[in-house]
Amino acid sequence: MRLINQQPGRGEKILLGALLFLIVIVAYGIASSLRLAENPDDKLLPSLGQMAKAFYEFAFVPDVRSGDYLLWSDTAASLGRLLSGIAISALLAIGLGVPAGFIPRARAGLAPFIAAVSLIPPITVLPILFIIFGLGETSKVVLIVIGTAPVMVRYLAQVVTEIPQEQIIKAATLGASTWQMIVRVVLPQIMPKLITSIRLSLAPAWIFLISAEAIASTGGLGYRIFLVRRYLAMDVILPYVAWITLIAFALDRLLYLYSKRQHAWAHIEGGAL
Amino acid sequence: MSFVEAQNIWVRYGDAPILERVSISVERGTLCTIVGASGCGKSTFLRLLLGQERPTRGRILVDGAAIPGEPTPDRGIVFQRYSVFPHLTVMQNLTLPAAFERSPVLSRLFGAAKREAEEAADAMLVKIGLAHARDRYPTQLSGGMQQRLAIAQALLKRPKILLLDEPFGALDPGIRLDMQTLLLSIWQETGMTIFMVTHDISEAFRLGTRLIVFDKVRHDPQHPSAYGATITYDLKLKNGSALDAAKTAQLLAAELISTDKAAHV
Repeated sequence: MRLINQQPGRGEKILLGALLFLIVIVAYGIASSLRLAENPDDKLLPSLGQMAKAFYEFAFVPDVRSGDYLLWSDTAASLGRLLSGIAISALLAIGLGVPAGFIPRARAGLAPFIAAVSLIPPITVLPILFIIFGLGETSKVVLIVIGTAPVMVRYLAQVVTEIPQEQIIKAATLGASTWQMIVRVVLPQIMPKLITSIRLSLAPAWIFLISAEAIASTGGLGYRIFLVRRYLAMDVILPYVAWITLIAFALDRLLYLYSKRQHAWAHIEGGAL
Repeated sequence: MSFVEAQNIWVRYGDAPILERVSISVERGTLCTIVGASGCGKSTFLRLLLGQERPTRGRILVDGAAIPGEPTPDRGIVFQRYSVFPHLTVMQNLTLPAAFERSPVLSRLFGAAKREAEEAADAMLVKIGLAHARDRYPTQLSGGMQQRLAIAQALLKRPKILLLDEPFGALDPGIRLDMQTLLLSIWQETGMTIFMVTHDISEAFRLGTRLIVFDKVRHDPQHPSAYGATITYDLKLKNGSALDAAKTAQLLAAELISTDKAAHV
C-alpha cells in the first residue's frame, strides 16, 4: 500500500507524537552527562536531576529573603499582567473593531488611525511608557495592549465586514435597529473569531510581557529568567522556559475548549482552528 | 389603482448602464415573476424594490408613497443563500423579530413575552413542516429546510411585499416543487404582493400571475455594455396556467437565448 494511504493506529499516533520530545530529551541528557563527566561544575547543560531540584526549590521552598514561593509568585505576577493586557485588548477590539467594521462613519474615522498605530513597533514605545507610567504594573500592561490591540481591532473589523450582507439586510427587514443588529447578529457571530484572535495574540503578548519584565521589574517569570542569567543558572532558566510554554499551551487549549462549548454553531462544520 | 409603481427607472454603476426606461405598475396581490438572462439587472430591480439600492433616475412608489431609502419591515426578503442566522437555532431565528420589536436595548425576550413569541413560532414551524428541527442550527438543515425557515422568518413581520431572489435556485428539483407549492399556499393565504426573480422559466410561468422579462433591446456590437436592460415582455397570466403557457415559454426561452447570443456577437 502507498505511504500516503497508511493510517497510524491510536497507540502508534501517540508514540509518533512523543518521539521528537523523547529524542530531544535523550539527546540533551547525553550531551549534559558528557559535559558533566568532564567538569562536574559545568553550568551550561545541567542534568535533568539538577533542573528538577532547582524547580522543586523554586516551587516548594520559600525564598530566604522574601519568604515567597518564587515560582508561584512569579507566575501570579506574570499571569496577572498578561491576562489584564489581553482582556483590555479584547475589549478594545470589540469596542473599536465592531464600529469600524459595521458603521461606515465609524470606519471612516477609525480606520486610518488604527492602521497607523498598528505600525508603531511596540517595543519602541516602552521607554515612553516607563517615563509616563513609571516602572510599575501599568507600563507593562499598556505595552501588551499596544502590542496586541491594533492587530486584534483590525482583525475583528475585518471579520465584521465578512458577515454576509444578506444577513444584515434580513435583520433590517425584520425591524432591527443598528444597535440591535450589533447585539443579536454581529456580536454573537464574531465571538468565536474574537477567541481565535486572542489565541493568536497570546504569543506576541508573551514576548512583550517578558521584554518588559526583563527591562524593569521586581518579579515575574521574565524577570526571574533574566535575573538568574547573571549567574548562568541554566538549571533555573530551562525549567522556567518549559513552565512558560506549558502555561501558554494550557491557555490556548482552555480558550479553544471554551469557544467550542459556547459557540457550538461555529464548530459544527469543523475546520475552525 | 396600482400598488407598486416604478416610474422610468435608470440605474448605472459608474459608466455601465444596468437598467434603462423601466416602468411598471403592479396591482396588490400580484405574484410577479421576473426572468431574464444573467447580468441583465433583474436582481438589481429587486434590490431597488428592497431599498438596498437607489435608482440613478426615476422613482418607485408603494401605495402612492416613495419607498424609504433602506430596507424596512414592510418589504420582506428571501435570498438564495445566507438568509437565516447561522448562530441561532431554528426557534431563535423565528423569535428574533419579536425580540427586535419588544426589546430595543437587550433585544432578548424573557418570561411571558418569550413564551408568547415561541408559541407563535411553533405554529409557524408546524405550518412549514419544521417542527422536528426546532432546536437545530441552520448548518444542520438541508438546503430546502433552510429556505423554508427563511421564508417563515420573512413572513413573521407580515410584510406587504415579499421579495424573493432566486429562492429555490440551489434546491433539488423535487424539493423545489414542494417549495413552490408552499409558496403558492402562503400567497393565497396572505394575499401578499410577491416579486420573485428566477432562472427557471417554467417556474416563472407556473407560479406567476404576471411575468416580466428583462433584456437589452439596444445592442452596440463595438461596445456590448453601452446600453442597459429594460422590460421586454410583460405577460398577465392566470395563476396555474402552466400547461397553456408551456408553448409560450418555449418560444420565449428560444428568443432569450437568441438575443443573448446577439449580445455576444
